Amino acid sequence: MKHNLNSTQRSWFNINDPRVRSVIYQILIILGVIWAVMTIAGNVVANLEARGIATGFRFLGERAGFGVSQALIEYSSNSTYGRVFFVGLLNTLLVSAMGIVAATFLGLFVGLGRLTPNWLVRKICMVYIEIFRNIPVLLQIFFWYYVVLQTLPRPNQSIALLGDLVFINVRGAYAPRPILESGIGILTTMLILAVVAVIALTIWARRRKRDTGEEFPVLWTSLGILVGTMTVGYIATGQPLVFEIPELRGFSFDGGMRLRPELLALWLALTIYTSTFIAEIIRSGIQSVSHGQTEACRALSLSERQRMKLVVLPQALRVIVPPLTSQYLNLTKNSSLAVAIGYPDLVSVFQGTALNQTGQAIEIVGMTMAVYLLISLLVSAFMNWFNKRVALVER
Amino acid sequence: MKKLATVAASIAAALTFSAAAQAATLDDVQSRDTLRCGVSDGLPGFSVTDSDGNWVGLDVDTCKAVAAAVLGDADKVEFVSLTAVERFTALQSGEVDMLSRNTTWTTTRDASLGINFTGTNYYDGQGFLINTDLGVTSATELDGAAVCVASGTTTELNLADYFEAQGMSFEPVLYDTSDQTVAGFEAGRCDVLTSDTSQLAALRIQLSDPEGAMILPEIISKEPLGPAVRQGDDQWFNIVKWALFLQVNAEEYGVSSSNVDDMLESDDPNVSRIVGTSGDLGSLLGLPSDWGYQIISQVGNYAEMFERNVGPDTPLELERGTNALWTDGGIMYAPPVR
Repeated sequence: MKHNLNSTQRSWFNINDPRVRSVIYQILIILGVIWAVMTIAGNVVANLEARGIATGFRFLGERAGFGVSQALIEYSSNSTYGRVFFVGLLNTLLVSAMGIVAATFLGLFVGLGRLTPNWLVRKICMVYIEIFRNIPVLLQIFFWYYVVLQTLPRPNQSIALLGDLVFINVRGAYAPRPILESGIGILTTMLILAVVAVIALTIWARRRKRDTGEEFPVLWTSLGILVGTMTVGYIATGQPLVFEIPELRGFSFDGGMRLRPELLALWLALTIYTSTFIAEIIRSGIQSVSHGQTEACRALSLSERQRMKLVVLPQALRVIVPPLTSQYLNLTKNSSLAVAIGYPDLVSVFQGTALNQTGQAIEIVGMTMAVYLLISLLVSAFMNWFNKRVALVER
Repeated sequence: MKKLATVAASIAAALTFSAAAQAATLDDVQSRDTLRCGVSDGLPGFSVTDSDGNWVGLDVDTCKAVAAAVLGDADKVEFVSLTAVERFTALQSGEVDMLSRNTTWTTTRDASLGINFTGTNYYDGQGFLINTDLGVTSATELDGAAVCVASGTTTELNLADYFEAQGMSFEPVLYDTSDQTVAGFEAGRCDVLTSDTSQLAALRIQLSDPEGAMILPEIISKEPLGPAVRQGDDQWFNIVKWALFLQVNAEEYGVSSSNVDDMLESDDPNVSRIVGTSGDLGSLLGLPSDWGYQIISQVGNYAEMFERNVGPDTPLELERGTNALWTDGGIMYAPPVR
């Protein structure tokens, strides 16, 4: 009996059992980590209090009292620091999203350009990649901002394009802004209906091709449907869309849409820098698909476009997507270099101005780091999901 | 295993480092034999490096006066150049012993940053610099203007307050350093450059065409600029405070670097307290008894410091104005040395 008890005890608590030991070690390490974090936090709070430095997140509800040049949401100097945070965050997301889209397209073209049989195009793409990949992105931001955009003429000598509709000067680029008037509801409904029709057409065409093998000119028909309905609708509803033309008034242009030089410089630099890496990723991804596949396509007399679209790209994507994710993350993180040219991103307005006005370094730097971490994790999560989707195509 | 124990012990030591372990700044400075002083990253008249690489300026001299008082040598200063955004963190974290960086004394800064302002070495106010060809003669005509401003300054707040109070709109164009604001102003990115008027005078002479720009008459704020120290070290606070007070008192009683040796024999009790020949005020502050003599002989009184760096004979051409002694119609006033 005694012997039995001993043996059961040994079976789930035996210090000589490696599994039991590893559990004990893990519990000890977790406790140690918790203790370390608590002690550090306690010390920080105690030290800050002893030095008379304000702590806590109350400042987020206080009036900020400074201006921000570009805000996607309502903002004035009477807004709170909490609002400054969101203004900065949205500006970061804006330039990152613009950069990611543009860099992907540019990278795709340059990457494909490096693979064309045309000698000139191939060499131009290679030189482009080698130049812009090897110059630090901060220098490129400075180049676009100080060398290109800051040397544009002043507002009263603006460059006018498209017959005085678009203006470019040192304060940015101005274009007419669409203003929606009554009747736009009908036009929007018509647009939605047209889009639904196009989607239905695409599904029908795909099904027909699967069943009968006959091609249907989907692209041209869709374009026709969209342009046709929009033109008819625009005239029938009494032209509900007018444009506000930018005008030189007072110190600068007033009205219209405006792209500030800070955003433009940052966007250009990030796009061009990241596109070179994306181009290389796409080129290597395509070259990773074995040449035998290409030969097989030719044997089946598939066209060059079909070969790319149906055979090579689906397989190449598996190689392309993971490193592409890192490039998207890099671009987002590089956007914090905005502070160098005064683009009001999160680092500039929140970790810069707001930190300096409140002095609450730990809270503000912590929040800013948490945001970048969160953005990165979200982008990776999305790209992992996408990667899984393209990976399924593998046969 | 021994290595592991050492690592664990050092981590434990780091974690248990408590608030009580703040050493006295005076002891640190004396044992290091150098004063670490945070200054601006290049502002003519206040803190810049001259052609020989030496730091000069009003803020620099304020640091030197403290070094002369504490270490007996005005050159034992290590200058740390800080941007507006970096300055308070550098002081809070102990990277510098004192901050002398044209910093405006405000309630928020005094009460929430864990720092104390020790006095005012320059009374300033915020103004606007504008191109003359725009035809603007008053700040009230600036509705809709783009304004270049250095980020992380009280200037940024005053600017928003002023336009709000006037019911006008503006576009802030923020840059990290004052050099960048000048570049933006010259390129035409903004119509107006705003800063403290003393800085505007300094920045204006950096323009390629100083005659083409003018400072508007409006002064929109009070900007008492002065040195600051960390909270919680009253002895050090007193030393930095009285180094500046002594310079102002010295001007008041006519003690300057040229006559300070003669003044050692002076019969005037006020003067002998300043130069340290009577009343051992130095030991009350924890300093040598000749601390006042060292400041005056090596750095000079307030008037000398002003004339040398920003006065009418310098490129900045600033008048004493508000910064004249209280006996001369200004507001520069220091408690008595006694």
